[in-house]
Amino acid sequence: MNAEPLGGSLSKAFFALLRRDLLLAFRRRTELLFPVIFLLVVVSLFPLGIGPGPQLLARIAPGVIWIAALLATVISLDALFRSDFEDGTLEQYVISGHPLTLIALAKIVSHWLVAGLPIVLLSPLLALWMNLPTESLGVMILTLALGTPILSLIGSIGVGLTISLKRGGQLLSLLVFPLYVPILIIATAAVMAVSDGLPYTQFLGLLVAGLITSVTLAPFAAAAALKISLS
Amino acid sequence: MFIHKMGSPPWFYDFTGKFIPWFWLIFAALTAWGLYLGLVKAPADYQQGESFRIMYLHVPAAWMSMLIYSSMAVMGFIALVWRIRIVEILAMASAPIGAAFTIVTLTAGSLWGRPTWGTYWVWDARLTSELVLLFLYLGVIGLYNSIDEPRKAARAACLLAIVGAVNLPIIHYSVKWWNTLHQGSSISLLGGSSIDASMLWPLLIMAVATKFFYAANLLTRARVTLLEQDKRKAWVREILKEKN
Amino acid sequence: MSHAPFILAAYSIGAIVLFWCAVAPLVKKKAIARDIRRLIQIEDRSRDPNS
Repeated sequence: MNAEPLGGSLSKAFFALLRRDLLLAFRRRTELLFPVIFLLVVVSLFPLGIGPGPQLLARIAPGVIWIAALLATVISLDALFRSDFEDGTLEQYVISGHPLTLIALAKIVSHWLVAGLPIVLLSPLLALWMNLPTESLGVMILTLALGTPILSLIGSIGVGLTISLKRGGQLLSLLVFPLYVPILIIATAAVMAVSDGLPYTQFLGLLVAGLITSVTLAPFAAAAALKISLS
Repeated sequence: MFIHKMGSPPWFYDFTGKFIPWFWLIFAALTAWGLYLGLVKAPADYQQGESFRIMYLHVPAAWMSMLIYSSMAVMGFIALVWRIRIVEILAMASAPIGAAFTIVTLTAGSLWGRPTWGTYWVWDARLTSELVLLFLYLGVIGLYNSIDEPRKAARAACLLAIVGAVNLPIIHYSVKWWNTLHQGSSISLLGGSSIDASMLWPLLIMAVATKFFYAANLLTRARVTLLEQDKRKAWVREILKEKN
Repeated sequence: MSHAPFILAAYSIGAIVLFWCAVAPLVKKKAIARDIRRLIQIEDRSRDPNS
Protein backbone atom coordinates (compact mmCIF):
# COMPACT_ATOMS: atom_id res chain seq x y z
CA MET A 1 0.00 0.00 0.00
CA ASN A 2 3.00 2.32 0.39
CA ALA A 3 4.03 2.08 -3.25
CA GLU A 4 0.55 2.92 -4.51
CA PRO A 5 0.13 6.63 -5.40
CA LEU A 6 -2.56 8.30 -3.37
CA GLY A 7 -4.67 8.54 -6.51
CA GLY A 8 -4.97 5.08 -8.06
CA SER A 9 -8.14 3.95 -9.77
CA LEU A 10 -11.32 3.35 -7.81
CA SER A 11 -11.71 -0.28 -8.72
CA LYS A 12 -8.07 -1.01 -7.92
CA ALA A 13 -8.53 0.45 -4.47
CA PHE A 14 -11.75 -1.47 -3.97
CA PHE A 15 -10.23 -4.82 -4.84
CA ALA A 16 -7.05 -4.13 -2.92
CA LEU A 17 -9.07 -3.45 0.18
CA LEU A 18 -11.24 -6.49 -0.39
CA ARG A 19 -8.18 -8.69 -0.83
CA ARG A 20 -6.59 -7.31 2.33
CA ASP A 21 -9.67 -7.97 4.44
CA LEU A 22 -10.12 -11.48 3.11
CA LEU A 23 -6.44 -12.27 3.64
CA LEU A 24 -6.60 -11.01 7.21
CA ALA A 25 -9.74 -13.04 7.85
CA PHE A 26 -8.11 -16.12 6.35
CA ARG A 27 -5.09 -15.75 8.62
CA ARG A 28 -7.30 -16.05 11.64
CA ARG A 29 -9.22 -18.92 10.13
CA THR A 30 -10.59 -20.20 13.43
CA GLU A 31 -12.26 -16.88 14.06
CA LEU A 32 -14.11 -17.24 10.79
CA LEU A 33 -15.90 -20.18 12.29
CA PHE A 34 -17.26 -18.36 15.34
CA PRO A 35 -20.38 -16.90 13.63
CA VAL A 36 -20.94 -20.28 11.98
CA ILE A 37 -20.82 -22.16 15.25
CA PHE A 38 -23.00 -19.52 16.86
CA LEU A 39 -25.60 -20.06 14.15
CA LEU A 40 -25.55 -23.82 14.67
CA VAL A 41 -25.78 -23.55 18.45
CA VAL A 42 -28.63 -21.05 18.39
CA VAL A 43 -30.74 -23.10 16.01
CA SER A 44 -30.20 -26.29 18.00
CA LEU A 45 -31.34 -24.51 21.15
CA PHE A 46 -34.84 -24.21 19.74
CA PRO A 47 -35.72 -27.90 19.64
CA LEU A 48 -34.14 -28.23 23.07
CA GLY A 49 -36.31 -25.45 24.41
CA ILE A 50 -39.52 -26.29 22.60
CA GLY A 51 -39.43 -30.04 22.09
CA PRO A 52 -38.45 -32.15 19.10
CA GLY A 53 -41.99 -32.57 17.75
CA PRO A 54 -41.54 -32.48 13.99
CA GLN A 55 -44.69 -30.55 13.09
CA LEU A 56 -44.05 -27.80 15.61
CA LEU A 57 -40.47 -27.41 14.46
CA ALA A 58 -41.58 -27.29 10.83
CA ARG A 59 -44.03 -24.48 11.57
CA ILE A 60 -41.50 -22.27 13.34
CA ALA A 61 -38.57 -23.22 11.09
CA PRO A 62 -38.54 -20.16 8.79
CA GLY A 63 -38.67 -17.77 11.74
CA VAL A 64 -36.09 -19.62 13.77
CA ILE A 65 -33.59 -19.85 10.93
CA TRP A 66 -34.01 -16.19 10.05
CA ILE A 67 -33.74 -15.02 13.66
CA ALA A 68 -30.60 -17.10 14.08
CA ALA A 69 -29.24 -15.45 10.91
CA LEU A 70 -30.00 -12.01 12.35
CA LEU A 71 -28.28 -12.80 15.63
CA ALA A 72 -25.24 -14.30 13.93
CA THR A 73 -24.94 -11.26 11.66
CA VAL A 74 -25.16 -8.76 14.50
CA ILE A 75 -22.49 -10.62 16.42
CA SER A 76 -20.08 -10.55 13.51
CA LEU A 77 -20.86 -6.94 12.55
CA ASP A 78 -18.91 -5.39 15.37
CA ALA A 79 -15.72 -6.89 13.98
CA LEU A 80 -16.41 -5.12 10.69
CA PHE A 81 -14.53 -1.96 11.43
CA ARG A 82 -13.33 -2.42 14.98
CA SER A 83 -9.77 -3.69 14.46
CA ASP A 84 -9.13 -1.10 11.76
CA PHE A 85 -10.49 1.58 14.03
CA GLU A 86 -8.37 0.51 16.94
CA ASP A 87 -5.04 0.46 15.15
CA GLY A 88 -5.63 3.66 13.20
CA THR A 89 -6.00 2.07 9.79
CA LEU A 90 -9.45 3.58 9.42
CA GLU A 91 -8.05 7.09 9.74
CA GLN A 92 -5.45 6.22 7.13
CA TYR A 93 -8.26 5.25 4.80
CA VAL A 94 -9.94 8.59 5.36
CA ILE A 95 -6.73 10.49 4.64
CA SER A 96 -5.91 8.35 1.61
CA GLY A 97 -8.14 10.38 -0.63
CA HIS A 98 -10.20 7.43 -1.75
CA PRO A 99 -13.91 7.95 -1.19
CA LEU A 100 -14.88 6.57 2.18
CA THR A 101 -18.04 5.22 0.54
CA LEU A 102 -15.94 2.89 -1.56
CA ILE A 103 -14.03 1.74 1.47
CA ALA A 104 -17.25 1.09 3.34
CA LEU A 105 -18.59 -0.90 0.39
CA ALA A 106 -15.44 -3.02 0.24
CA LYS A 107 -15.70 -3.77 3.93
CA ILE A 108 -19.37 -4.66 3.60
CA VAL A 109 -18.63 -7.06 0.77
CA SER A 110 -15.89 -8.79 2.75
CA HIS A 111 -18.20 -8.99 5.76
CA TRP A 112 -20.89 -10.67 3.71
CA LEU A 113 -18.41 -13.12 2.21
CA VAL A 114 -17.15 -14.06 5.65
CA ALA A 115 -20.36 -13.89 7.69
CA GLY A 116 -23.37 -13.85 5.38
CA LEU A 117 -22.40 -16.39 2.76
CA PRO A 118 -21.76 -19.14 5.35
CA ILE A 119 -25.31 -18.62 6.60
CA VAL A 120 -26.65 -19.19 3.10
CA LEU A 121 -24.46 -22.26 2.66
CA LEU A 122 -25.41 -23.74 6.02
CA SER A 123 -29.12 -23.18 5.59
CA PRO A 124 -29.83 -26.65 4.20
CA LEU A 125 -28.40 -28.18 7.39
CA LEU A 126 -30.45 -25.80 9.52
CA ALA A 127 -33.52 -26.62 7.45
CA LEU A 128 -32.90 -30.30 8.11
CA TRP A 129 -32.63 -29.74 11.84
CA MET A 130 -35.78 -27.64 11.95
CA ASN A 131 -37.69 -30.03 9.73
CA LEU A 132 -38.41 -27.35 7.13
CA PRO A 133 -40.63 -28.81 4.40
CA THR A 134 -38.50 -29.63 1.38
CA GLU A 135 -40.57 -27.55 -1.01
CA SER A 136 -39.74 -24.43 1.02
CA LEU A 137 -36.00 -25.03 1.00
CA GLY A 138 -35.34 -23.31 -2.32
CA VAL A 139 -37.15 -20.14 -1.31
CA MET A 140 -35.49 -20.26 2.11
CA ILE A 141 -32.05 -20.24 0.51
CA LEU A 142 -33.14 -17.50 -1.87
CA THR A 143 -34.42 -15.24 0.91
CA LEU A 144 -31.17 -15.72 2.79
CA ALA A 145 -29.09 -15.05 -0.33
CA LEU A 146 -31.00 -11.82 -0.96
CA GLY A 147 -31.48 -10.85 2.65
CA THR A 148 -28.07 -11.39 4.25
CA PRO A 149 -26.38 -8.76 2.02
CA ILE A 150 -29.08 -6.32 3.12
CA LEU A 151 -28.27 -7.21 6.72
CA SER A 152 -24.58 -6.47 6.11
CA LEU A 153 -25.37 -3.21 4.32
CA ILE A 154 -27.77 -1.81 6.90
CA GLY A 155 -25.70 -3.18 9.73
CA SER A 156 -22.63 -1.30 8.56
CA ILE A 157 -24.43 1.97 9.19
CA GLY A 158 -24.99 0.94 12.78
CA VAL A 159 -21.39 -0.15 13.13
CA GLY A 160 -20.17 3.15 11.73
CA LEU A 161 -22.19 5.02 14.32
CA THR A 162 -21.10 2.95 17.30
CA ILE A 163 -17.51 2.17 16.40
CA SER A 164 -15.95 4.75 18.67
CA LEU A 165 -18.06 3.85 21.71
CA LYS A 166 -16.86 1.62 24.51
CA ARG A 167 -20.01 -0.47 24.75
CA GLY A 168 -20.53 -0.08 21.04
CA GLY A 169 -21.33 -3.71 20.47
CA GLN A 170 -24.34 -3.78 22.77
CA LEU A 171 -25.72 -0.50 21.50
CA LEU A 172 -25.26 -1.79 17.96
CA SER A 173 -27.81 -4.57 18.44
CA LEU A 174 -30.31 -2.08 19.80
CA LEU A 175 -29.85 0.19 16.81
CA VAL A 176 -29.87 -2.42 14.16
CA PHE A 177 -32.63 -4.88 15.15
CA PRO A 178 -35.51 -2.44 14.46
CA LEU A 179 -34.03 -1.81 11.04
CA TYR A 180 -33.94 -5.54 10.43
CA VAL A 181 -37.60 -6.14 11.27
CA PRO A 182 -38.96 -5.55 7.75
CA ILE A 183 -36.45 -7.99 6.25
CA LEU A 184 -37.37 -10.62 8.81
CA ILE A 185 -41.09 -10.19 8.14
CA ILE A 186 -40.84 -10.28 4.38
CA ALA A 187 -38.40 -13.18 4.24
CA THR A 188 -40.34 -15.42 6.61
CA ALA A 189 -43.61 -14.50 4.86
CA ALA A 190 -42.11 -15.71 1.60
CA VAL A 191 -41.03 -19.06 3.03
CA MET A 192 -44.29 -19.65 4.87
CA ALA A 193 -46.26 -18.79 1.75
CA VAL A 194 -44.54 -21.62 -0.09
CA SER A 195 -45.54 -24.25 2.44
CA ASP A 196 -49.09 -22.84 2.56
CA GLY A 197 -49.28 -23.03 -1.22
CA LEU A 198 -49.80 -19.27 -1.56
CA PRO A 199 -48.07 -16.91 -4.00
CA TYR A 200 -44.67 -15.83 -2.74
CA THR A 201 -42.93 -14.02 -5.60
CA GLN A 202 -44.10 -10.63 -4.46
CA PHE A 203 -42.10 -11.05 -1.28
CA LEU A 204 -39.00 -12.00 -3.21
CA GLY A 205 -39.54 -8.92 -5.36
CA LEU A 206 -39.61 -6.77 -2.24
CA LEU A 207 -36.36 -8.31 -1.09
CA VAL A 208 -34.72 -7.58 -4.44
CA ALA A 209 -35.93 -3.99 -4.24
CA GLY A 210 -34.57 -3.75 -0.71
CA LEU A 211 -31.22 -5.09 -1.83
CA ILE A 212 -30.92 -2.61 -4.70
CA THR A 213 -31.89 0.29 -2.46
CA SER A 214 -29.48 -0.60 0.29
CA VAL A 215 -26.59 -1.26 -2.09
CA THR A 216 -26.99 2.23 -3.52
CA LEU A 217 -27.70 4.11 -0.30
CA ALA A 218 -26.20 2.27 2.66
CA PRO A 219 -22.49 2.77 1.82
CA PHE A 220 -23.00 6.53 1.78
CA ALA A 221 -24.73 6.43 5.12
CA ALA A 222 -22.06 4.15 6.57
CA ALA A 223 -19.31 6.48 5.32
CA ALA A 224 -21.07 9.46 6.86
CA ALA A 225 -21.44 7.55 10.11
CA LEU A 226 -17.73 6.69 10.12
CA LYS A 227 -16.76 10.31 9.47
CA ILE A 228 -18.82 11.37 12.46
CA SER A 229 -17.29 8.69 14.65
CA LEU A 230 -13.77 9.62 13.61
CA SER A 231 -14.25 13.34 14.06
CA MET B 1 12.25 -40.32 37.11
CA PHE B 2 10.30 -41.37 34.03
CA ILE B 3 7.69 -38.69 34.62
CA HIS B 4 10.35 -36.08 35.14
CA LYS B 5 12.02 -37.03 31.88
CA MET B 6 8.70 -36.74 30.05
CA GLY B 7 8.63 -33.13 31.07
CA SER B 8 11.69 -32.40 28.97
CA PRO B 9 10.57 -31.51 25.44
CA PRO B 10 13.47 -33.00 23.51
CA TRP B 11 13.23 -36.22 25.49
CA PHE B 12 9.48 -36.41 24.98
CA TYR B 13 9.90 -35.70 21.28
CA ASP B 14 12.49 -38.40 20.90
CA PHE B 15 10.76 -41.03 23.03
CA THR B 16 7.29 -40.75 21.56
CA GLY B 17 8.60 -40.61 18.01
CA LYS B 18 9.56 -44.25 18.30
CA PHE B 19 6.01 -45.38 19.11
CA ILE B 20 4.06 -43.50 16.48
CA PRO B 21 4.80 -45.72 13.46
CA TRP B 22 3.87 -48.82 15.50
CA PHE B 23 0.62 -47.30 16.62
CA TRP B 24 -0.31 -46.50 13.02
CA LEU B 25 0.57 -50.03 11.98
CA ILE B 26 -1.57 -51.61 14.69
CA PHE B 27 -4.42 -49.22 13.86
CA ALA B 28 -4.28 -50.16 10.18
CA ALA B 29 -4.15 -53.88 10.90
CA LEU B 30 -7.00 -53.84 13.40
CA THR B 31 -9.13 -51.62 11.17
CA ALA B 32 -8.62 -53.88 8.20
CA TRP B 33 -9.53 -56.93 10.26
CA GLY B 34 -12.48 -55.28 11.95
CA LEU B 35 -13.93 -53.88 8.74
CA TYR B 36 -13.48 -57.20 6.99
CA LEU B 37 -15.42 -58.96 9.73
CA GLY B 38 -18.00 -56.22 9.91
CA LEU B 39 -18.57 -55.38 6.28
CA VAL B 40 -17.99 -58.70 4.64
CA LYS B 41 -18.45 -61.56 7.04
CA ALA B 42 -21.18 -60.49 9.42
CA PRO B 43 -24.66 -61.40 8.17
CA ALA B 44 -27.26 -58.72 7.43
CA ASP B 45 -29.38 -57.66 10.38
CA TYR B 46 -32.86 -59.13 10.66
CA GLN B 47 -34.58 -55.79 11.26
CA GLN B 48 -32.34 -53.20 9.67
CA GLY B 49 -30.87 -54.90 6.64
CA GLU B 50 -27.45 -53.84 5.50
CA SER B 51 -27.44 -50.33 6.95
CA PHE B 52 -26.54 -51.58 10.41
CA ARG B 53 -23.00 -52.02 9.10
CA ILE B 54 -22.59 -48.29 9.64
CA MET B 55 -22.64 -49.20 13.32
CA TYR B 56 -19.03 -50.39 13.05
CA LEU B 57 -18.03 -46.82 12.31
CA HIS B 58 -20.67 -44.92 14.27
CA VAL B 59 -20.40 -46.65 17.64
CA PRO B 60 -16.59 -46.73 17.98
CA ALA B 61 -16.49 -43.10 16.86
CA ALA B 62 -19.10 -42.22 19.49
CA TRP B 63 -17.14 -44.03 22.19
CA MET B 64 -13.98 -42.19 21.14
CA SER B 65 -15.72 -38.82 21.14
CA MET B 66 -16.61 -39.34 24.78
CA LEU B 67 -13.36 -41.02 25.80
CA ILE B 68 -11.28 -38.24 24.30
CA TYR B 69 -13.29 -35.56 26.04
CA SER B 70 -12.83 -37.28 29.38
CA SER B 71 -9.11 -37.73 28.80
CA MET B 72 -8.86 -34.09 27.71
CA ALA B 73 -10.59 -33.00 30.89
CA VAL B 74 -8.41 -35.19 33.10
CA MET B 75 -5.26 -33.93 31.40
CA GLY B 76 -6.63 -30.42 31.70
CA PHE B 77 -7.07 -30.90 35.43
CA ILE B 78 -3.52 -32.22 35.85
CA ALA B 79 -2.15 -29.42 33.70
CA LEU B 80 -3.93 -26.74 35.69
CA VAL B 81 -3.09 -28.11 39.12
CA TRP B 82 0.53 -29.13 38.50
CA ARG B 83 1.29 -26.63 35.71
CA ILE B 84 2.94 -29.28 33.53
CA ARG B 85 3.55 -27.91 30.06
CA ILE B 86 3.59 -31.22 28.21
CA VAL B 87 0.24 -32.20 29.70
CA GLU B 88 -1.20 -28.85 28.57
CA ILE B 89 -0.01 -29.60 25.08
CA LEU B 90 -1.46 -33.13 25.14
CA ALA B 91 -4.81 -31.85 26.38
CA MET B 92 -5.03 -29.22 23.66
CA ALA B 93 -3.91 -31.69 20.98
CA SER B 94 -6.77 -33.99 21.99
CA ALA B 95 -9.48 -31.46 21.22
CA PRO B 96 -9.40 -31.51 17.41
CA ILE B 97 -9.18 -35.31 17.40
CA GLY B 98 -12.21 -35.56 19.63
CA ALA B 99 -14.10 -33.07 17.48
CA ALA B 100 -13.27 -35.12 14.38
CA PHE B 101 -14.64 -38.29 15.96
CA THR B 102 -17.76 -36.41 17.04
CA ILE B 103 -18.34 -35.20 13.50
CA VAL B 104 -17.91 -38.74 12.18
CA THR B 105 -20.36 -40.00 14.81
CA LEU B 106 -22.97 -37.43 13.79
CA THR B 107 -22.67 -37.92 10.04
CA ALA B 108 -22.53 -41.72 10.26
CA GLY B 109 -25.51 -41.70 12.61
CA SER B 110 -27.41 -39.40 10.27
CA LEU B 111 -26.71 -41.62 7.26
CA TRP B 112 -27.70 -44.68 9.31
CA GLY B 113 -30.97 -43.06 10.29
CA ARG B 114 -32.12 -42.28 6.77
CA PRO B 115 -32.51 -45.81 5.36
CA THR B 116 -33.46 -47.30 8.70
CA TRP B 117 -35.95 -44.84 10.13
CA GLY B 118 -36.61 -42.56 7.16
CA THR B 119 -34.98 -39.36 8.39
CA TYR B 120 -31.49 -37.88 8.32
CA TRP B 121 -31.89 -36.15 11.59
CA VAL B 122 -34.00 -36.65 14.67
CA TRP B 123 -33.67 -34.91 17.99
CA ASP B 124 -33.24 -38.05 20.05
CA ALA B 125 -31.24 -38.16 23.27
CA ARG B 126 -28.08 -39.66 21.84
CA LEU B 127 -27.70 -37.52 18.72
CA THR B 128 -28.61 -34.35 20.59
CA SER B 129 -26.08 -35.06 23.34
CA GLU B 130 -23.48 -35.78 20.70
CA LEU B 131 -24.23 -32.46 19.00
CA VAL B 132 -23.83 -30.60 22.29
CA LEU B 133 -20.54 -32.45 22.79
CA LEU B 134 -19.39 -31.14 19.41
CA PHE B 135 -20.20 -27.59 20.50
CA LEU B 136 -18.19 -28.13 23.69
CA TYR B 137 -15.19 -29.28 21.66
CA LEU B 138 -15.48 -26.34 19.28
CA GLY B 139 -15.58 -24.01 22.26
CA VAL B 140 -12.33 -25.41 23.66
CA ILE B 141 -10.63 -25.25 20.26
CA GLY B 142 -11.96 -21.74 19.63
CA LEU B 143 -10.82 -20.44 23.01
CA TYR B 144 -7.36 -22.01 22.68
CA ASN B 145 -6.89 -20.50 19.24
CA SER B 146 -7.99 -17.02 20.20
CA ILE B 147 -5.40 -16.34 22.92
CA ASP B 148 -1.95 -15.51 21.63
CA GLU B 149 0.24 -16.68 24.50
CA PRO B 150 0.28 -20.49 24.27
CA ARG B 151 0.50 -21.39 27.95
CA LYS B 152 -2.18 -18.91 28.91
CA ALA B 153 -4.35 -20.13 26.07
CA ALA B 154 -3.90 -23.74 27.16
CA ARG B 155 -4.76 -22.96 30.77
CA ALA B 156 -7.93 -21.11 29.78
CA ALA B 157 -9.03 -23.87 27.44
CA CYS B 158 -8.23 -26.57 30.02
CA LEU B 159 -10.45 -24.80 32.51
CA LEU B 160 -13.21 -24.69 29.94
CA ALA B 161 -12.72 -28.41 29.23
CA ILE B 162 -13.06 -29.24 32.92
CA VAL B 163 -16.20 -27.14 33.25
CA GLY B 164 -17.60 -28.92 30.20
CA ALA B 165 -16.71 -32.32 31.63
CA VAL B 166 -18.53 -31.59 34.87
CA ASN B 167 -21.52 -30.41 32.85
CA LEU B 168 -21.50 -33.31 30.44
CA PRO B 169 -23.31 -35.90 32.59
CA ILE B 170 -25.83 -33.23 33.57
CA ILE B 171 -26.38 -32.31 29.93
CA HIS B 172 -26.67 -35.95 28.96
CA TYR B 173 -29.28 -36.78 31.57
CA SER B 174 -31.28 -33.65 31.00
CA VAL B 175 -31.41 -34.35 27.27
CA LYS B 176 -32.52 -37.92 28.04
CA TRP B 177 -35.26 -36.64 30.30
CA TRP B 178 -36.22 -33.98 27.73
CA ASN B 179 -36.57 -36.71 25.18
CA THR B 180 -38.94 -38.79 27.28
CA LEU B 181 -40.87 -35.68 28.27
CA HIS B 182 -41.67 -34.59 24.73
CA GLN B 183 -42.97 -37.83 23.31
CA GLY B 184 -40.64 -37.38 20.41
CA SER B 185 -39.54 -40.37 18.40
CA SER B 186 -38.04 -42.67 21.00
CA ILE B 187 -35.44 -44.04 18.67
CA SER B 188 -32.44 -45.70 20.11
CA LEU B 189 -29.85 -46.18 17.46
CA LEU B 190 -28.75 -49.54 18.77
CA GLY B 191 -32.31 -50.85 18.74
CA GLY B 192 -33.78 -52.77 21.63
CA SER B 193 -32.45 -56.18 20.64
CA SER B 194 -29.26 -57.57 22.11
CA ILE B 195 -26.30 -57.79 19.79
CA ASP B 196 -25.33 -61.12 18.33
CA ALA B 197 -21.75 -62.31 18.91
CA SER B 198 -20.81 -62.15 15.23
CA MET B 199 -21.78 -58.48 15.33
CA LEU B 200 -19.96 -57.81 18.56
CA TRP B 201 -16.46 -58.88 17.58
CA PRO B 202 -15.95 -56.40 14.74
CA LEU B 203 -17.31 -53.69 17.03
CA LEU B 204 -14.78 -54.41 19.74
CA ILE B 205 -11.93 -54.66 17.25
CA MET B 206 -12.85 -51.27 15.78
CA ALA B 207 -13.13 -49.85 19.28
CA VAL B 208 -9.54 -50.90 20.05
CA ALA B 209 -8.36 -49.75 16.61
CA THR B 210 -9.66 -46.22 17.15
CA LYS B 211 -7.71 -46.01 20.39
CA PHE B 212 -4.50 -46.57 18.47
CA PHE B 213 -5.56 -43.87 16.01
CA TYR B 214 -5.98 -41.50 18.92
CA ALA B 215 -2.62 -42.44 20.42
CA ALA B 216 -0.73 -42.03 17.13
CA ASN B 217 -2.46 -38.79 16.16
CA LEU B 218 -2.22 -37.32 19.66
CA LEU B 219 1.52 -37.89 19.90
CA THR B 220 2.08 -36.54 16.38
CA ARG B 221 0.16 -33.37 17.18
CA ALA B 222 1.90 -32.92 20.52
CA ARG B 223 5.33 -33.25 18.91
CA VAL B 224 4.48 -30.75 16.20
CA THR B 225 3.20 -28.29 18.80
CA LEU B 226 6.46 -28.66 20.72
CA LEU B 227 8.43 -27.91 17.55
CA GLU B 228 6.33 -24.87 16.91
CA GLN B 229 6.52 -23.45 20.41
CA ASP B 230 10.24 -24.15 20.78
CA LYS B 231 11.11 -22.85 17.28
CA ARG B 232 13.96 -20.75 18.58
CA LYS B 233 15.43 -23.31 20.91
CA ALA B 234 18.57 -25.25 20.22
CA TRP B 235 17.05 -28.72 20.44
CA VAL B 236 14.65 -27.96 17.60
CA ARG B 237 17.47 -26.59 15.45
CA GLU B 238 19.40 -29.81 16.11
CA ILE B 239 16.49 -31.91 14.90
CA LEU B 240 16.09 -29.83 11.77
CA LYS B 241 19.80 -30.25 11.03
CA GLU B 242 19.57 -34.00 11.60
CA LYS B 243 16.67 -34.19 9.16
CA ASN B 244 18.76 -32.45 6.47
CA MET C 1 -34.17 -48.51 -1.21
CA SER C 2 -30.64 -49.82 -1.44
CA HIS C 3 -28.61 -49.26 1.67
CA ALA C 4 -25.29 -49.37 -0.14
CA PRO C 5 -24.94 -45.63 -0.97
CA PHE C 6 -25.58 -44.76 2.67
CA ILE C 7 -22.98 -47.19 3.92
CA LEU C 8 -20.54 -45.94 1.30
CA ALA C 9 -21.23 -42.30 2.14
CA ALA C 10 -20.86 -42.87 5.87
CA TYR C 11 -17.55 -44.67 5.59
CA SER C 12 -16.24 -42.23 2.98
CA ILE C 13 -16.98 -39.21 5.13
CA GLY C 14 -15.45 -41.04 8.09
CA ALA C 15 -12.35 -41.83 6.10
CA ILE C 16 -11.97 -38.27 4.81
CA VAL C 17 -12.45 -36.63 8.21
CA LEU C 18 -10.06 -39.00 9.99
CA PHE C 19 -7.52 -38.84 7.18
CA TRP C 20 -7.50 -35.06 7.35
CA CYS C 21 -7.22 -35.30 11.14
CA ALA C 22 -4.17 -37.54 10.79
CA VAL C 23 -2.47 -35.53 8.07
CA ALA C 24 -3.07 -31.95 9.30
CA PRO C 25 -0.20 -31.92 11.84
CA LEU C 26 2.21 -33.18 9.18
CA VAL C 27 1.29 -30.29 6.91
CA LYS C 28 1.85 -27.94 9.84
CA LYS C 29 5.23 -29.53 10.50
CA LYS C 30 6.38 -28.67 6.97
CA ALA C 31 5.28 -25.06 7.48
CA ILE C 32 7.16 -24.89 10.79
CA ALA C 33 10.32 -26.28 9.17
CA ARG C 34 10.04 -23.57 6.53
CA ASP C 35 9.58 -20.95 9.23
CA ILE C 36 12.63 -22.14 11.15
CA ARG C 37 14.79 -22.12 8.03
CA ARG C 38 13.73 -18.54 7.37
CA LEU C 39 14.45 -17.64 10.99
CA ILE C 40 17.95 -19.10 10.68
CA GLN C 41 18.52 -17.07 7.49
CA ILE C 42 17.44 -13.87 9.20
CA GLU C 43 19.63 -14.56 12.20
CA ASP C 44 22.66 -15.37 10.04
CA ARG C 45 22.16 -12.22 8.03
CA SER C 46 21.87 -10.01 11.09
CA ARG C 47 24.96 -11.53 12.64
CA ASP C 48 27.03 -10.91 9.53
CA PRO C 49 25.50 -8.06 7.53
CA ASN C 50 28.29 -8.12 4.97
CA SER C 51 27.53 -11.63 3.71
